[in-house]
Amino acid sequence: MNAASPPCLPHGGAEPVFVEPWHAQVFALTVHLNETGRFSWADWVARFSATLKRHGLARELDGGEDYFTAWLETLEILLVETEDVQRTDVARMRDAWEEAYLATPHGAPVHLPKGL
Amino acid sequence: MLNFGSNDVQLCGTPKFYWNSRGVARRVTGMAHDDPHSDDPHHAHAHLPPDPALRVKALETILTKRGLIDPAALDEIIDIYQNKIGPQNGARVVAKAWSDPAFKAQLLADADQVLREMDIYGRQGEHMVVVENTPETHNMVVCTLCSCYPWPVLGIPPAWYKSDAYRARAVREPRKVLADFGITLPEGTKVRVWDSTAEVRYLVLPMRPAGSDGLDEEALAALVNRDCMVGTALATSPGDLAGDTA
Repeated sequence: MNAASPPCLPHGGAEPVFVEPWHAQVFALTVHLNETGRFSWADWVARFSATLKRHGLARELDGGEDYFTAWLETLEILLVETEDVQRTDVARMRDAWEEAYLATPHGAPVHLPKGL
Repeated sequence: MLNFGSNDVQLCGTPKFYWNSRGVARRVTGMAHDDPHSDDPHHAHAHLPPDPALRVKALETILTKRGLIDPAALDEIIDIYQNKIGPQNGARVVAKAWSDPAFKAQLLADADQVLREMDIYGRQGEHMVVVENTPETHNMVVCTLCSCYPWPVLGIPPAWYKSDAYRARAVREPRKVLADFGITLPEGTKVRVWDSTAEVRYLVLPMRPAGSDGLDEEALAALVNRDCMVGTALATSPGDLAGDTA
């Protein structure tokens, strides 16, 4: 059977672990919140599976960007339900970051305005 | 900054649906790397991250201010999965099982205990089951609900493992999926598919390849890649490995 084995790259091969920085960040954020006891992993899996199923009705998910889009949506809804964040605060903070990026010269570090 | 690595290396046995996700990933990566505004005086501001990245930053800022998260812990988690945990851990387990029959027996009987002793036990590996490939049975792992995966031994799952195509087809038509990965099993070999859950994660113990007699554990580990331990590849025989790296 092994004679038919296709030539394989050894592990540590081609793919990046996280394609986009935000994929890594939302992943780490979720793992950290689970570890600090904000929610159980079983609860996370149940919610995340439901989001994937819902998104998968409209089109076939490829497991790349669409996977982390579903992940982020799940986390946002979960944190609103647990009242760890408020939806309006998240929207406001997102816009504040956008403005900060647009107001920062290229190459300079981006900071939120004071008071936020 | 994250290390993205190369996207341009040909993988073995790449299934058709995998190219779709790779194509998307590559376009996205291009966006992350290329700043189309960098030479444009009308866009002299910092490169604006995409909408989801801004939403993640918003969550991080709010939760940090509330004292619910520690940003240093986030960096540490990313570093661990980016650089420290990956299929090399699982390969070490497989190589040891190939070399030491008593270890293999323990691993198949109680993987949790064995992995804990090897200090590769942790989050997302809460209850691990190791399933052994034999000439009679080939094992394959999937998570039909989402993407449950044995992180401590394999790291973060690849896009194809998380795709709808793999999650749906692995159970329905495992032999066709294996064929997409370039594997044709003998007719007499049964395929057994294991569906992971939040509670149980599986690792496939591949068959030791021909021509690997006398190799030490380090050399054996080099024959084992991620896909072998998910069950979508077979362990590489030493001759093929030498051809690959030449």
